[in-house]
Amino acid sequence: MFQIRFHGRGGQGVVTAAEMLSVAAFQEGKNAQAFPSFGSERMGAPVVSFCRIDDHEIRLRDPVYDPDALIIQDPTLLLTPGLFDGLKPDGYVLINSSRDIAALGLGTLLQKLPAGHILTIPATELALKHFKKPLPNAAMLGGLSALSHIVKIESVAAAITHNFAGAIGLANVAAAKEAYDIVVAIQKAFVKSQRKEAIAC
Amino acid sequence: MLKQIEGSRAVAESVALCRPEVICAYPITPQTHIVEGLGELVKSGHIKDCKYINVESEFAALSVAIGSSAAGARAYTATSSQGLLFMAEAVFNASGLGLPIVMTLGNRAIGAPLNIWNDHSDAMSLRDAGWIQIFAENNQEACDLHIQAFRIAEALSCPVMVCVDGFILTHAVEQVDVPTQEQVDSYLPAFVPVQLLDPAKPVSIGVVVGPDAFTEARYLEHKKQLRAYDVITKASADFKATFGRDSGGLVRSYHTEDADTVIVAMGSVIGTLKDMIDDKRKQGQKIGLVSICMFRPFPNKEVQAALKSAKHVIVLEKSITAGQGGVLAAHVRASGLDVSIPLTTVIAGLGGRPIPKKSLSEFVERLGTPTTSELHFLDLKQKFVESELKKIEEERCAMPKKAVAARGK
Repeated sequence: MFQIRFHGRGGQGVVTAAEMLSVAAFQEGKNAQAFPSFGSERMGAPVVSFCRIDDHEIRLRDPVYDPDALIIQDPTLLLTPGLFDGLKPDGYVLINSSRDIAALGLGTLLQKLPAGHILTIPATELALKHFKKPLPNAAMLGGLSALSHIVKIESVAAAITHNFAGAIGLANVAAAKEAYDIVVAIQKAFVKSQRKEAIAC
Repeated sequence: MLKQIEGSRAVAESVALCRPEVICAYPITPQTHIVEGLGELVKSGHIKDCKYINVESEFAALSVAIGSSAAGARAYTATSSQGLLFMAEAVFNASGLGLPIVMTLGNRAIGAPLNIWNDHSDAMSLRDAGWIQIFAENNQEACDLHIQAFRIAEALSCPVMVCVDGFILTHAVEQVDVPTQEQVDSYLPAFVPVQLLDPAKPVSIGVVVGPDAFTEARYLEHKKQLRAYDVITKASADFKATFGRDSGGLVRSYHTEDADTVIVAMGSVIGTLKDMIDDKRKQGQKIGLVSICMFRPFPNKEVQAALKSAKHVIVLEKSITAGQGGVLAAHVRASGLDVSIPLTTVIAGLGGRPIPKKSLSEFVERLGTPTTSELHFLDLKQKFVESELKKIEEERCAMPKKAVAARGK
């Protein structure tokens, strides 16, 4: 089972992100469960949502305590106590920020996780570019698809248009695809630099 | 059709397939997306020949459902928590009048303290209102139970409350096979009322019944509800024959055949418990689970049959009766469980507190094989309650001592 925990703020589509991810997994014939952590239904309040993906029936209904992936939709949440709690040693972290991991003060986490498992993408900027609204959730899902391969980008796109009809859906898909390409490019550059390092050694 | 949808939406689509004729709703907190979805389905013409009535309170919602049902319409409403309490008088009237209304209860806690989250306090507080109460384990079952509920209600002339865990199920997005209209039509015949308010042939229902007949009215209501055992069993069997899956029924057993320890629970926690039991079984522990699908009437015989090999019973429940303990535990004991068998009551998940698999597993491990029956609270903040209890003992008053003294003068 692959478990994802989303952190963001009320109004950023944190709950919708988990739902769309579950729809993407469903499109691929997998079992998926998405649910919010309830109570803070206010704009700007910290919100947590969860998604589980498995090949088998998912019976478990407790919150995700040991995520395989963490999606942080708002970098102002980075100081939240317990934000990274339970993250698997080989887990993934995707943060919405235009700054890099080291600049966000997450150097220690960067060292701990396998190379290339923790990244930032400018999801808010991508959303503003494509549909002029600071809603980073679709871009974050595109990024997650490239980062973890838990769902294909085509499934993410299908899930987005399933949720948002018309032009706004297509614009969200464009944001997700660009985020996907950004992560792929980062990974390629990273592999290249690793090769260079290996040659230098 | 297999869909990845929110629990509330699945229930709304399922109710829509049952061809309701009147849907009454007070769509303000505490409420779920169910009535929102149904409102949309009526307005868009997906539900034909149906009146959607927005009312001014939960009391009105059920009262309108009562009137509609008495006039021969298939009536539906939904509520939660305080909403159920606000309609309490009408809840008793619906059953007393023998009206086959179906109501979804998106289970939530009851205040004070104010709390909007899931537990079973609402359902338990009206367990004696004369309704059939059935509990869903997951959203597939929530969807299926509504289709069965109309059939059960109409077969018994008794209202049915379908209990679906608030938030945990109502707000969870998961895979649900929503049946086709043809399937539902072949399973659920059109509503033929056994009594009818008809201006052409005027009758009175709900008239005064004095001491000379009130006992008999209640006796008959009790006897009538006992018919639910057979009706629900058949509704579940026929459901399987039509839709090809197990849903509903009275109780379900999981690894109870050789189990020394058997857990009894109901609602959405069943899934987490099954996962926990699989872990324990791998470690060689003989542990099993009985899930209660029908709480009212209580399936005494079936629970006892499922517990026959148990040397120790754990009842896990999401409500507390202050001064008594667990409601479900009392029912399990009263169902005929031998007094020599220790019964541990675990109160868990109150007011939306998560029930982690890890906590359950550790609790079972710590408990071992007890020799006495005790009441426990899962993940209770022991230090906090102890300090509060100490304060109560010492001061007996939340007001500052000076203020208390001043009032005495």
